Amino acid sequence: MKYTPVIGLEVHVELKTESKMFCRCSADYFGKEPNTHTCPVCLGMPGALPVPNKKAIEWCIKIALALKCEINTLSKFDRKNYYYPDLAKGYQISQYDQPFGIDGSVELSTGKTIRIRRVHMEEDTGKLSHQTLDTEKVSLIDFNRSGVPLVEIVTEPDFSGAAEVTEYLQKLQKVVRHLDVSNADMEKGDMRLEPNISLSEKASGKEYIKEIELPKYKVEVKNINSFRFVEKAIEFEVKRQAEILDRGETPIQETRGWNETKNITFSQRVKEEAMDYRYFPEPDIPPIRFTEEEIGAIRASLPELQDEKIARFTKQFELSEYNAEILTREKSLATFFEAAVDAGKAKDVSAKQIANFIINKKISPSETTPEELAGTIASASQTVQVDEKELEKIVQQVLKENPKAVEDFKSGKENVIMFLVGQVMRNAKQKLDATLVKETVLNQLKK
Amino acid sequence: MHTITLTQAKEGLKKKKFSSVELTKAYLKRIKETEPKINALVTVTEEEALTSAAKADKLLQKGEEKALLGIPFIIKDNFCTKDIRTTASSKVLDDFIPPYDSTVFAKLKDAGIVLLGKANMDAWAHGSSTETSDYGPTKNPWDTGKLPGGSSGGVAAGVAADEAVAGIGTETAGSIRQPASWCGVVGLKPTYGRVSRYGVVAMGSSLDSPGPMTKTVEDSAIILNVLAGQDPLDATSSPRPTTDYTKSLKNSIKGKRIGVSHKYTDGVDDEVKRVYEKTFAEFEKLGAEIVDLKDDIFDPKYSIAVYTVIQRSEVSSNLARYDGIRYGHGREFFGDEAKRRIMLGTYTLSAGYYDAYYKKAQQVRTLIIEDFARVFQKVDVLLAPTSPSTALPLGSSKNHPMFGEMADVLVEPSSIAGITGINIPAGFSSDKLPVGIQLIGPQFSEEMILNVAYQFEQATPFHTEKPNI
Repeated sequence: MKYTPVIGLEVHVELKTESKMFCRCSADYFGKEPNTHTCPVCLGMPGALPVPNKKAIEWCIKIALALKCEINTLSKFDRKNYYYPDLAKGYQISQYDQPFGIDGSVELSTGKTIRIRRVHMEEDTGKLSHQTLDTEKVSLIDFNRSGVPLVEIVTEPDFSGAAEVTEYLQKLQKVVRHLDVSNADMEKGDMRLEPNISLSEKASGKEYIKEIELPKYKVEVKNINSFRFVEKAIEFEVKRQAEILDRGETPIQETRGWNETKNITFSQRVKEEAMDYRYFPEPDIPPIRFTEEEIGAIRASLPELQDEKIARFTKQFELSEYNAEILTREKSLATFFEAAVDAGKAKDVSAKQIANFIINKKISPSETTPEELAGTIASASQTVQVDEKELEKIVQQVLKENPKAVEDFKSGKENVIMFLVGQVMRNAKQKLDATLVKETVLNQLKK
Repeated sequence: MHTITLTQAKEGLKKKKFSSVELTKAYLKRIKETEPKINALVTVTEEEALTSAAKADKLLQKGEEKALLGIPFIIKDNFCTKDIRTTASSKVLDDFIPPYDSTVFAKLKDAGIVLLGKANMDAWAHGSSTETSDYGPTKNPWDTGKLPGGSSGGVAAGVAADEAVAGIGTETAGSIRQPASWCGVVGLKPTYGRVSRYGVVAMGSSLDSPGPMTKTVEDSAIILNVLAGQDPLDATSSPRPTTDYTKSLKNSIKGKRIGVSHKYTDGVDDEVKRVYEKTFAEFEKLGAEIVDLKDDIFDPKYSIAVYTVIQRSEVSSNLARYDGIRYGHGREFFGDEAKRRIMLGTYTLSAGYYDAYYKKAQQVRTLIIEDFARVFQKVDVLLAPTSPSTALPLGSSKNHPMFGEMADVLVEPSSIAGITGINIPAGFSSDKLPVGIQLIGPQFSEEMILNVAYQFEQATPFHTEKPNI
């Protein structure tokens, strides 16, 4: 293709805090009866004031740290002013020029690094529902979602295709789930994606595109609410734009919605220039200052992320990257594995054995305990202690039954011993210590 | 009976000279007589008042001692009062009945007050005259052809006319002190953040300060004890510890340095200047030292542009929620003044203009804050006239969009800096209109300025004068 896609992503992640971002209403709104999780604050009633949710801010910083961002120790909230019926106050409390996190990165499997421009906090809006009631077309508003904490993660336009976008989203989903700050379920709306897509003849997809070479338009696509639509929507949009460019025209700068039944994007709102949100610092919330120690404490409380775990497992337990990746996919499995390794030490069972066992037999942590697992593996590979006299008897028997083998050994074919050892093992019907058997056979043969 | 102060009412109730119900009935009667003349109240809550008074009497009989138990109050109509109509004197909220209390009102209820009614104001607090109310102007009880000032004009006029024992107003830039001055009552603007803004219809979020308006300084101190303190519902309320604001009232002010400057009197009416300058001798008699700062303080006129831009920017955003969808009426019910401020505030925040207006205003604001801090190294308190004139005639604010800002020039600097100030009656003009002076102190110095104000008040007869209404 003579065009290279230039794609930037805005992802909104809904935090699963107990309360909303600026009031004490429950943030658990999904599937609840409309307008039952509301109060004067999230309904924008006269005189109501926002009070920030400290945990939400800490979780936002966790996400920013996990994405390798720098943390602004002096940060603030700003008002983003615009009108829409689901925006109770007529402005959204968000962050403008001093977000909590900036300049982060995510590495893809190809080795390409996606730059994270910013990570910030804001509040969600209410939800509109267009219906017909008694033959009248109405728009209903449910404010249960109004004020729920959102973390917005914005990348530079570093993506050059749908596959990269999908991988990034999956990584991001894993990270926030691992941090236990969000369920990040696209279908439920707690992870939302808005790609900005344009095509460039100058970009190669291999280096970061320079600002002056950016295409002079970009199209924002909304309403992609499932992983399976991500690739479809991006590919459709790329194709659509290529056709326009082929005709010598420039695609209109606009917002388009993804229609999942028709598998197309359609025009929603023409954006000739950026809307003027008249951002100004939120006067109802004093600026937020963190000390380096406080950020350090949050950083120390971060759980190990998958990439870090894979690196550690391959080093510490001498596992292959392939196996390490499988074992670290789910936090619960990784924890189970490490506990089993610990339990296995006393039973002389190696980490590699445990890894292979779990992977080959598809063991799930819910089936057994780490101790039980270690025990199972130990007994499967365990050698039984046997009476020496018994062993000698068996060996003598085997030698008697295999005169030719004995002859061969005596005439110099030393590796026939293994055949004899195997016969002893078979006759014994137990797993004996091979070294001991070999020794005993040798002794007998020398007589 | 209706002429009594809060201190006298508390004593009278305690000593069983009268009951709360008797007191309340006296005020309700007074309101019926006086309201047709001054229109200070938007809503009179007769039933609720009598119910509260009866409850208070029961508690008083048991010997219960709450700070304001059984005392009849009026409160500015921008304080949300649960189940009681709250309009901010705008038709947009004509039938708005809040399902929640402002923190201030909740505290007052806890302290046992009896609510007589919601007081008239400039619609949305946009003004210094109370003329822009959608429920008609309030008239000055000293001369009903004159304005009471604003935006807490209803409270000022109501207290001056003895329609209540005391009242609660709000100040963004002068809205407590200026009407207090024009109506001859005490008006205290606490430090920004000293009293919770939760449930007060927001005007200038970084400026709004609720405060008491009373017949005496002691009354204001008693009320501040109830109102002051951090509120978990207001992130801008201060965690600074409060104190008993009445405990230092009677202290001598010997040695207190009282700063004055011509910059706060240039352009002030001669009559006002005369009354103001006479107060110097009183303060000196009390042992204080008048320190002439001369030019060593910012000219208040610089505050006008700063205040206008910041306040209107915040207003344009704060009024955005009144879309008529969830409560109240639609935007077509906004009055001209509200529309003017929305337009100007939107402009000063818009792309391309934000830096030149809003940002610059906030930067100059810091300079004003620093100037006061510097001045308060040299003096303990500032003394100035509260308003450049006495009460102006009805109609003065019409066709004069900057009316308020010019009338409030002497109070704007201290409002912008978020510090505290109090107006006290200091005399009268030749046409028997009240002249007030203000004492301005650093952040959280309410205890000190109340002390200085009390000493002046007790040494002078002005607070005992009443309008003939």
